[in-house]
Parts: sequence; structure tokens; C-alpha cells
Amino acid sequence: MLTIANHQFSSRLFSGTGKFSNSDTMLDALRASGTELVTLAVKRVDLKLRTDNLMKPLSDLGVKLLPNTSGARNGKEAIFAAQLAQEMFATNWVKLEIHPDPKYLMPDPIETLIAAEALVKLGFVVLPYVHADPVLCHRLEEVGCAAVMPLASPIGSNQGLLTKEFLRIIIEQARVPVVIDAGIGCPSDASAAMEMGADAVLVNTAIASSPQPVAMAKCFQQAVITGRAAYQAGFGQVSCQANHTSPLTGFLNGLS
Amino acid sequence: MALVNNFSEVFAAIDREHLRLSMYSCTAADVERALLHPTANVEALMALLSPAAEPYLEQMAQRSMQITQKRFGHNISLFVPMYLSNLCANECDYCGFTMSNKIKRKILNSQEIGNEIAILKYRGFDSILLVSGEHETKVGADYFAKVVPQIKQQFSYLALEVQPLATDEYTKLVGLGLDAVMLYQETYAPVTYAKHHTRGKKQDFQYRLNSPDRLGQAGIDKTGLGVLLGLDDWRLDALLMGYHLSYLENRYWRSKYSISLPRLRPCTGGIEPNSPISDKGLVQVICAFRLFSEQLEISLSTRERSEFRDNLMPLGITHMSASSSTQPGGYANPDTQLDQFEISDERSVLQVVAAIENSGYTSVFKDWEANW
Repeated sequence: MLTIANHQFSSRLFSGTGKFSNSDTMLDALRASGTELVTLAVKRVDLKLRTDNLMKPLSDLGVKLLPNTSGARNGKEAIFAAQLAQEMFATNWVKLEIHPDPKYLMPDPIETLIAAEALVKLGFVVLPYVHADPVLCHRLEEVGCAAVMPLASPIGSNQGLLTKEFLRIIIEQARVPVVIDAGIGCPSDASAAMEMGADAVLVNTAIASSPQPVAMAKCFQQAVITGRAAYQAGFGQVSCQANHTSPLTGFLNGLS
Repeated sequence: MALVNNFSEVFAAIDREHLRLSMYSCTAADVERALLHPTANVEALMALLSPAAEPYLEQMAQRSMQITQKRFGHNISLFVPMYLSNLCANECDYCGFTMSNKIKRKILNSQEIGNEIAILKYRGFDSILLVSGEHETKVGADYFAKVVPQIKQQFSYLALEVQPLATDEYTKLVGLGLDAVMLYQETYAPVTYAKHHTRGKKQDFQYRLNSPDRLGQAGIDKTGLGVLLGLDDWRLDALLMGYHLSYLENRYWRSKYSISLPRLRPCTGGIEPNSPISDKGLVQVICAFRLFSEQLEISLSTRERSEFRDNLMPLGITHMSASSSTQPGGYANPDTQLDQFEISDERSVLQVVAAIENSGYTSVFKDWEANW
């Protein structure tokens, strides 16, 4: 079981609500993925209008909501969005996303650290979305973040684990759960992230932009389970030479 | 790129005629090379906009759809224009608001704006585009500073499509809640520009050309570029808009960018296009820009007919207007014949939402926080 801020998850696949063609497909895909934590953008929600039709089925699905501050360009806007989310959804969990660069949507490390510290002091459970920067992850942990969410590649890009070597360092060093977020493009990416020892992965675009989102969601579910199981089983030694399973010199062991 | 002060300097260094010749001599091999690495590559954009790319249109459309769905999801954002005024101190021969047109002129007051807001909110809109003719003294920065806060109270996202303003005026309006400005160059051909803009401040080609720089300096969230396709060679105008976009994206990297692709349409006393662009041509422009810039917002207005708009939806479009009136006060009092141009898609919001759903997309009304 994965535990983040005293909340237990049996699924290590986190997902999102964006980019689906309609809410039925989204709900079917989320169900198929087996996810228990679903992120949604505060900026998209208009309680005065019609978006209420999203909230009810999501809560019926029994998933925990993780509001995100996507769209925020600085710490101040992100804190505002987090507070809005707290009112809207009665949760103190927030996925902190600050990207001042609308082109590649790269997270701003400086604003993220400032906002994370402020939000933790305000009592939020903060899961910051960051570049795969090991030092930044240390710093976010020190200010009290409940997990860190480093990116695998630019958000929504489906490019896979481009930051692999840095993710490896983060996973090795972190004392809070590491959720690989952004850029995971196919189930084998998710599986590889889990095999490396990530605590969870967050996948949205790869599922929602598949021609068959529900089938793809199921594939991700299986990939995450398999990757985690393989990590726990432990891997054999990697060698640059072939090792015979029946050694030629085995007979020597019996000689004196 | 060397350090420059504004886009005028970049533009001055571009040899239009050379660019035109290069574009029209693009070959199938150039297009195929362009398709390998089209992102942020103006050479590739040239090939994709060239006549040589026409046989590749289906391939471009498939790629464009995939890229758009990956980046923007199966979403079409809806916005609505609100015309504040049709007063204009310019003479532009393609526009219904042109100064010499004998039409009734009107500026909305606060109460009339309130009436329009009530109708648009009832229809569900949360993203609004304020439009006016260009009249510096009667409908200038002071007027906008007065009306923006009233309108921003009701809409999360507020865009403006009016005459170019000074940097400090933009800065002030951004502080009052302005999120985006649409500023169309109309054409990047100075001679053609001079021919169609014969009186008023809009005659100043360079001032207009540098307006997106001023917006970037004012910290605007989004700048919209556009050319009036058909005024001059649309392929070349589109390509130069690509140069402009590329410059702006690098320099003002915090801003988002959108393009609009209006085609010259009949208006009161208007002109016929010199270089008409076909439906096929418009599709080529949309797909070429999507391949050039994955994050670019591409907006489609109700100038285009409904059936064509529905077909364009999956090809790269991200934003659409719906149930638009192009006259000041036109939502509360339709048919007063003050229109800027005729619209072609006259469907209601609900009908447009249904068409979006039928195409496998979701209509998005809110995508922003009003307090940001």
C-alpha cells in the first residue's frame, strides 16, 4: 500500500480528468484504470454553471480528488487556486503546478518552492509538480511537501522517461513518495518508472489521447501493477558479458 | 536571433520578394523534409504553406489532429464577442465600420453593457471578446478602463479587439483584469496595407506591427495575431505571420498566442478579395500552423458557415465563437443593422454545443480563474 499524508492507496496509478471527448468516456476510463486519485484543474470548474455534472459521478466513482493549480503563472495565483479548491471540494490536498511558460509548460522551481512552503503552513497537503531536479525535491521535502511529482518529459507530450537518470537520483534520495508525473506516453514507460522504484505514476494524456481510452486505461493499470511487482521481486545482476546458466567450470567446485 | 527592439527591425530585414519566390519554388522534397521537423521551423512553415504542400493536405490534417488532441484534448473552448461600439476614425475599404459608411453609430453605455452581459451569461458564456471600431477619442483607453472592470466581474476571461494602445495603457488595463488582446495586422504587405487603409491612425503600418511587442511588455496573458486572408497573397501573409509569431514566442515567453484566420467577406460597401482563399487553402493554413506550433491557439469565427466549421473542428481549431452578433447592443436588440460583417454560422449556443459533441469533442466555457 502506498501512503501519502496518512491516506492509503492500493492503486499506484494516478490519473486526470482532462482531454477526454466526453465525461462518460472519462468515467469509463478512470474505472478501467483502477485509479484512486484523480486530478482536476480548478480553473475549469465553474460551480455557478454546468460543471457540477462532473463532480457527482467522480464522487460516485469513489476516487479521491486532487485539485490542481494548472494555469497559475506564479505562486500567488497558485495559492489562490488552492484556497478556491479547498472551498469547492472540501479537501486540503493540492497538486501544485506553476508554469509561467505556456509553450513547454515547464514548472517554475522558484515560485513552486515559495508557494509550497506557504501552502504547507496553511495546512495543505502539497504535491508539487516539478522538473526532475533532485535538489529541488530535497528542498520541497524540507518545507513539508507530502510527496514530490517530478516530470518524465514535458507535460502532455507522451515522450516518455527522458529524465530517467535524474528520476533515479530523486527516487534514491527521497524520503517522501515520488510520483512520476507528466510525459508518460505508453504503458511500458509507466512500467519502467515503477521498476525504477517510483511510488506511483500520474497518467492522463496518454490515456485520454488514445483512440481507445478505456482499453488504454486498463493497459496502464496492468503495466503499473507489473512494474511495481517486478521492483519488489528484485532484478538480476546486469552484466556486460554473457553468463552461462550451466557454467563450464562448475566441475572445479567438486575438486580439492 | 540578434537582439532587436521590436518586430519592425526583424521585419525590415526580411526580403518579401525573395521569400515569395522561395515559397513558390518549394518542391515536394521540401515539403517532405518539412514534415520531418515542422515545429518552430519557419523554413518548414514556408514549405507547408506553399502550393507544393497541397498534395500532402490529408497527411498534414492527420498530424494536425493528433497534435491538437494531445495538447488540447478533445476540447473546443467557446467565447463570444461583444461589440462595444461601431464608431471608427479609419477608412478601411473592407470593413463595414469604415468612417465614410453612412450607418448609425453607437457606443454602449454601462446599462446597455449590463443588458448584453445578462444575455451572454444566460447563454453560459464565461470568456468574452470585446470589440469596437477604432476611435481614439470617444472609444479609447479611458472608455476601456471604465468598462473592463464591469465586464470582468462576470467573465473569467476577457479579451479585447480594438485599436492598438500604448504600453502604459495596456499595463493599466491588464491591472484591471484584461487577459488577452487580438491585434490583427490584416496584411504584412506594406503597399497593399496602404491601399486599403486610407485615413486615420490605422494607416501607421509600423505602429500596428509593433503593438504585440507593447502587449508583451505589458505582461498580457495572451496575444492574438491575424491576417485578413485575401487582402494580399494569403500564403505569404500567413508565412510572415509565422515569422511574427516565432519572434514573439521567443521574446515574450510568458505570453500565450493565438491566431485568427478571417477570410475577406462581403460587408456594407465592401470590396471583393484580390487573392481569394479557398476552403482547401484555409485548411492548409490551419494545419501548417498547427505543425509549426503545437501550443498555438487557433480560433474560428462565425464568419465561416456552420457545416464548414464542423468539418474544421478536428483539424487544429481550439477556440470557437458562437451565436455571435457583430453590432453594438446586438444581443439585446438584434437586427438594428449596425453590423461590421455578415455572419454565416447563425446557430444558437446549444446547437453549436451539440455539434461539438457530435464531433466527439467537449465544449469548454470556463478555462481560467477570474482573479488571476
